[in-house]
Amino acid sequence: MTKSKSAYSTPSKLGKIDTHIIVVWVDNEASVLSRVVGLFSGRGYNIESLAVAEVDHKKNLSRITIVTTGTPQVIEQIVLQLKKLVPVHKVGNFKREDKNVIFKEMALLKIVANPNKINKALNACKKYSPVILDQTNKSAVIQITALRREIDKVTKNLKPFGLVSASRTGAVAMTRGAEIFN
Amino acid sequence: MPKLFSGAEIVFKCLKDQNVEHIFGYPGGAVLPIYDELKNHPSIKHILVRHEQGAGHAAEGYARSTGKPGVVLVTSGPGATNVVTALTDAFMDSVPLVCISGQVPTHLIGTDAFQECDTTGITRPCTKHNWLVKDINDLPRIMHEAFEVATTGRPGPVLVDIPKDIQFAKAKYFKPKKKIKLKEKSLNGFKQSDIDQLVDLMKKASRPVFYTGGGVINSGPKASELLRELVSITGFPITSTLQGLGAYPGDDNQFLGMLGMHGTFEANNAMHDCDLLINIGARFDDRITGKIDEFSPKSKKVHIDIDPSSINKIVKVDLSIVGDVSDVIRSITKTLKKKNLNLEKSNKQKISKWWQQIQKWRTKQSLNFVNSDKIIKPQHAVQRLYELTKNQDTYITTEVGQHQMWAAQHYKFNKPNRWMTSGGLGTMGYGLPAAVGVQVAHPKKLVVDIAGEASILMNIQEMSTAVQYNLPVKIFILNNQYMGMVRQWQELLHEKNYSESYSKALPDFVKLAEAYGCVGIRAEDPDELDEKIEEMINTDGPVIFDCHVDQDENCFPMIPSGKPHNQMLLGPKDQEENKITGKGKALV
Repeated sequence: MTKSKSAYSTPSKLGKIDTHIIVVWVDNEASVLSRVVGLFSGRGYNIESLAVAEVDHKKNLSRITIVTTGTPQVIEQIVLQLKKLVPVHKVGNFKREDKNVIFKEMALLKIVANPNKINKALNACKKYSPVILDQTNKSAVIQITALRREIDKVTKNLKPFGLVSASRTGAVAMTRGAEIFN
Repeated sequence: MPKLFSGAEIVFKCLKDQNVEHIFGYPGGAVLPIYDELKNHPSIKHILVRHEQGAGHAAEGYARSTGKPGVVLVTSGPGATNVVTALTDAFMDSVPLVCISGQVPTHLIGTDAFQECDTTGITRPCTKHNWLVKDINDLPRIMHEAFEVATTGRPGPVLVDIPKDIQFAKAKYFKPKKKIKLKEKSLNGFKQSDIDQLVDLMKKASRPVFYTGGGVINSGPKASELLRELVSITGFPITSTLQGLGAYPGDDNQFLGMLGMHGTFEANNAMHDCDLLINIGARFDDRITGKIDEFSPKSKKVHIDIDPSSINKIVKVDLSIVGDVSDVIRSITKTLKKKNLNLEKSNKQKISKWWQQIQKWRTKQSLNFVNSDKIIKPQHAVQRLYELTKNQDTYITTEVGQHQMWAAQHYKFNKPNRWMTSGGLGTMGYGLPAAVGVQVAHPKKLVVDIAGEASILMNIQEMSTAVQYNLPVKIFILNNQYMGMVRQWQELLHEKNYSESYSKALPDFVKLAEAYGCVGIRAEDPDELDEKIEEMINTDGPVIFDCHVDQDENCFPMIPSGKPHNQMLLGPKDQEENKITGKGKALV
């Protein structure tokens, strides 16, 4: 409860907070990202991660994938507010628990250590299809794709094996099966 | 080869094709090519304001009183930043504005050039959409799209930022296409089954109420007619938000008055006790709902709105109908008539108890005040103004504060588009420029800005505009020498610590009027009030009316926020019994 003599009512109790993946198809034009991100910051919504790139050069379409958290009411607002933006074509909304949707993040991990440790490091991320992009006597750059929490875990586990730098993307999403989202 | 036009010419060709007759603006370096072109287009009249904020509010007044979009023309940098308040105001109150701003030449953007600012960046959160025109070939499309976006769906402001080199550059011009993309963003999304469901709820209801808002006004005069018919055939009581006043006749017996923080006792209690709440074009603003957890606890809630994001934003509703108010009401009425020819009668019986309850609330006469024969009471001043102007088609604008609430409570509106006030943003200084805009649109009508002496000083420079264009606006100042609403809250909640709410060095408003070249009238005695108001009305030209009123008067009734609708604070008599204490204090 706020103690200040505010001109406004106090907040009512919050509902349950869920994690959602919001996918937004937008015209790839100047400042479209700031419109989307500005909507989130301006209305106090959360962004956990963000991935954006052009997906259709001919139609000039970009696809923005945003991981966010909020009560069901807030999530509904996010979707409806996004739909009002002029350059937005369509908006997809998936619960993180949704079994029909694949979520992936990618990470580039730089290991500086002796070959023995590098091997151990590779072993530690075996489950996440590691690819060695660069290797020297005392270093390696490994690419993995996995879920956010898996990458969290891997980076933690790799610390003793010489992980010095990690670069991560936001999550991207795709539905399973032959169906496409409309 | 098709004819090529300069950017400045294209701007005016677009304005003409969009049937623009008036623009409100202020010249400056980065917009000079457009000003240079003005002389070639006699069908478009430019109103030179004295501050860009004034241009924005004048365009708002113009738009609200006509239903057409208001057009603003300003220069880069300070010109654009000055108009931001007006854009935000229009965004909050859903007023269609098209703002054209000059920008430094393309090659200087990003170099901190003279009078450069990131206009599209600054105005992004306070417009529906904005454009920075970087290619002259895009200009015709963008200009037409700007008008389309501003006026479709839920109306609002847009901004087109045009660099100076683009104003000189040449390109082909094309007329607006019949339908520019915008897809389903503006279409009606409701089905007949939604309407059937609503009609079913209406049949079952025994304590129904209509709660209508600015959406009815924005839907056009037809919506108000349809609303009147709907209210009449259902026999339901109706209350309105601040922005919705005028959509339904203020003196009709089915009208409960305004609801919300300073709404009537009967309207707020009806909202609290109803079993069916039908929201038509309103948005459950926090000045309306009071404490959300205890808002209308026993009712089924229906929300009719053109903006899908308004649904379930604040209050979860049982039935939502997304569409234009006119179209939705037309469907409801049609369905009612088709399905239940005698609903009117059966309903009236069913809800007669509800009306008895409402009559009981009405006997509280919550708008009453203790009048005086020694000092002018502000409510009395508004009542007299109403009585003396109701015989003609009067347009009222207001500033923000106590005077605004007294105007809303005591001035009865019978037609839509006659009431222009800053509700969402609560912008002091709105009323005078808005009155200028209204008067430009309706040169023969009586336009009165009901003002406070603090608010009026925020855009007083626009008197000069009124004088230049011989716009006979009447500025009716309820002068209590305080920022009245601030003083009221300080009295009720901050132990009468009137911190910085008293204006020590006010101008002599009569002399000020004379300095601007118009007429000043002062009233200090209740006995002379009527006579002086008549004098004001009969003056052919702008008037500043300095009405000295009781300094200590508070605006009642009042719901301290954090309280539900049924716990209103009534006038001075009632207050003795219901002191605000402890927790309630933080909540107003």
